[in-house]
Amino acid sequence: MNLEKVVFGFFIILAMTLNFGFFIGDLTDPAQHDVNELFAAIVVNLIASVLKLGDRTQVGAIHLAASLVADLQLVAAAILWAVAVHGTGAGLTPTTTASIVSLAGGAFLANVVSVVLLIIETAMLRR
Amino acid sequence: MIAGAARGGRGAEDAPSVVFLFLRRMRAPLIVLVASYAVAMLGLTLMPGVDAEGRPWRMDFFHAFYFFSYTATTIGFGELPHPFSDAQRLWVSFAIYLTVIAWVYAIGKIIALFQDPAFQRVLAAAQFARRVRALAEPYYIVCGYGETGGLLVDALDRDGVRTVVVDIDPGRINELDLADLQSAVPGLTADASLPQSLLLAGVRRGRCAGVVAVTNSDTANLAIAIATKVLNPRVPVVARCESREVAANMASFGTDYIIDPFERFGSYLGVAVSAPSLYLLREWLTAVPGSPLAEPIEPPKGTWVLAGFGRFGRAVADSLARHGNRVSVIEVDPEGAGRPQAVRGSGTEAHTLEAAGIRSAVGLVAGTPDDVNNLSVVITARELNPKLFVVMRKNRIANGILVERIAPDIVMQPSRIVARTAFGILTAPLLHRFFALARGRDEDWANELAARIAAVATDVVPDSWSVSVDRQGAGAACEWARAGALRIEHLLGDPADRTNRLALIPLLLARADEEILLPPDPTAVRPGDRVLFCGSRETARRQSYLVHNANMMQYVVTGEIPSSAVWRWLRRRAATPAGGAAPRGTS
Repeated sequence: MNLEKVVFGFFIILAMTLNFGFFIGDLTDPAQHDVNELFAAIVVNLIASVLKLGDRTQVGAIHLAASLVADLQLVAAAILWAVAVHGTGAGLTPTTTASIVSLAGGAFLANVVSVVLLIIETAMLRR
Repeated sequence: MIAGAARGGRGAEDAPSVVFLFLRRMRAPLIVLVASYAVAMLGLTLMPGVDAEGRPWRMDFFHAFYFFSYTATTIGFGELPHPFSDAQRLWVSFAIYLTVIAWVYAIGKIIALFQDPAFQRVLAAAQFARRVRALAEPYYIVCGYGETGGLLVDALDRDGVRTVVVDIDPGRINELDLADLQSAVPGLTADASLPQSLLLAGVRRGRCAGVVAVTNSDTANLAIAIATKVLNPRVPVVARCESREVAANMASFGTDYIIDPFERFGSYLGVAVSAPSLYLLREWLTAVPGSPLAEPIEPPKGTWVLAGFGRFGRAVADSLARHGNRVSVIEVDPEGAGRPQAVRGSGTEAHTLEAAGIRSAVGLVAGTPDDVNNLSVVITARELNPKLFVVMRKNRIANGILVERIAPDIVMQPSRIVARTAFGILTAPLLHRFFALARGRDEDWANELAARIAAVATDVVPDSWSVSVDRQGAGAACEWARAGALRIEHLLGDPADRTNRLALIPLLLARADEEILLPPDPTAVRPGDRVLFCGSRETARRQSYLVHNANMMQYVVTGEIPSSAVWRWLRRRAATPAGGAAPRGTS
């Protein structure tokens, strides 16, 4: 067992689970999507991306790409949330909530890709 | 295994990726930064506060991010959007230190990374590879930028030839940046004997015209020659080599040109003693074009005293003895040098010179590897016998001023000999063949040619250049060669007046199956032939104009002034007989 692998796997899977936690629930109901969870998902996703930096292998490149996609979508969701609540003052209408949650849903897919890659990579490492 | 395959797929010519190295080294600082922001923001959203109307209020993530964006970077705006409660202030006073320290750590890491020698080497290598890729003309890779490499790069640069330099010493690469060169020469600090350095220097690129290995070490030169022959067998290799075993090794795998400065000087001196005209010819044709023509020298025949019997001394002694001179040697360690009958000593003391018979000798060769010793030998020997013909070995360019004051008859400088020979090989390979053939001719032949060259050269060293009769090298002349009508005299025609001849001398005509030394006027020139000429730079330009311009060439070959189809038709209609007396010059 390798501590580096544990940390790496931990952050990738945590990114996915947090993302899922935020995403799950009624699409248009702001009460079912906690902003704290979105914050946590963004932070963990960023850390996961940084952990993937600098790996020059093919799998490493896909890992990083998937992570960047997730970051992009989650940050877009956060910006949308900030604009809706503080920018326009309109608050979380069902339409805005649906946009934010579906962006997070996209990020969730990217995170699933990351986890699948992680599992494939591990499965191919025969020892 | 996937990783291995992916790595192998990258071109070895590419420099290590700077971006990836940077990102990998930045992992820790970035994680610290993200984590500190996360902790600070989360804490701030949890602290109870009150808004302007005194109602309980908690900061949201957006404002927390905004707040730390301006405090962590030490910009600071104040407490926004509402004045903080004590709980919030308590948290902020902790979190500000946390985030500021994280920033300082990250910035410090970035600065340290850019100052890291390893990172700078990678940066320099990437930049070097980019500059090599950007070279749009053929270039030579010069390995070793010491005295020899410096002279060679300088000479090639003056001739408009592009070079790429690899040297193990960063100081020398800095010198390259400061050198007064016309074109930018990319330089890399790396061990040229490692194949990776040669790949970075573009040895496998199509534009690489040759590799010159002139480092101080024979083994490094050998490694460079082998690596080049393996990586790109098409590319010619010129290597400096001072030991016979290494030279034989180099020759065994097809190193194209091996230059041994001592051997070469030995043979020059032999030629100078036995055939002064041939020696003069070589001096004239290999010197820097435009410099004053060297005066003929006449080393005397008789007994020569030789101080220092190393590689240089042995080569000179062999050569002198072969041409019928008696050689008396002074050596510190006669047994070790393999010449037990030599006088023991360094040659700097009068009694050793006397013992070697300096008073009755005609010439002196000061050939130790130490410049100061050589100076001392020459001064002492001249006191004993002022009429001596003095040959002096100069090891370092920096000692040139001292050597000039002593004014020996011939100065032998290994670095200069190697640079000059390599330059000749690279810029005029035919000249190399010319001398090989000329060696077989007698003094009268050389004497006559020297007189002809002196006539066209007008007191300065003439240029020598070769013309390839093909579409690229001489398009117009090639047309006529295909038709079988081109002769040597046509290449000498003056495009302004065909009854005149350009003041140049055809030295050699080379084709696949034969070589003709000094081809006479009626010699037929076939497509693919290469002809070596010598003359002034001005005539070189006029000849280049001639062989590339179809109209000029037609005029020189046939005497007809070419004209357009309409003009020819009009002239036929008019049927004037004055066609032959057409105006001269361009049409």
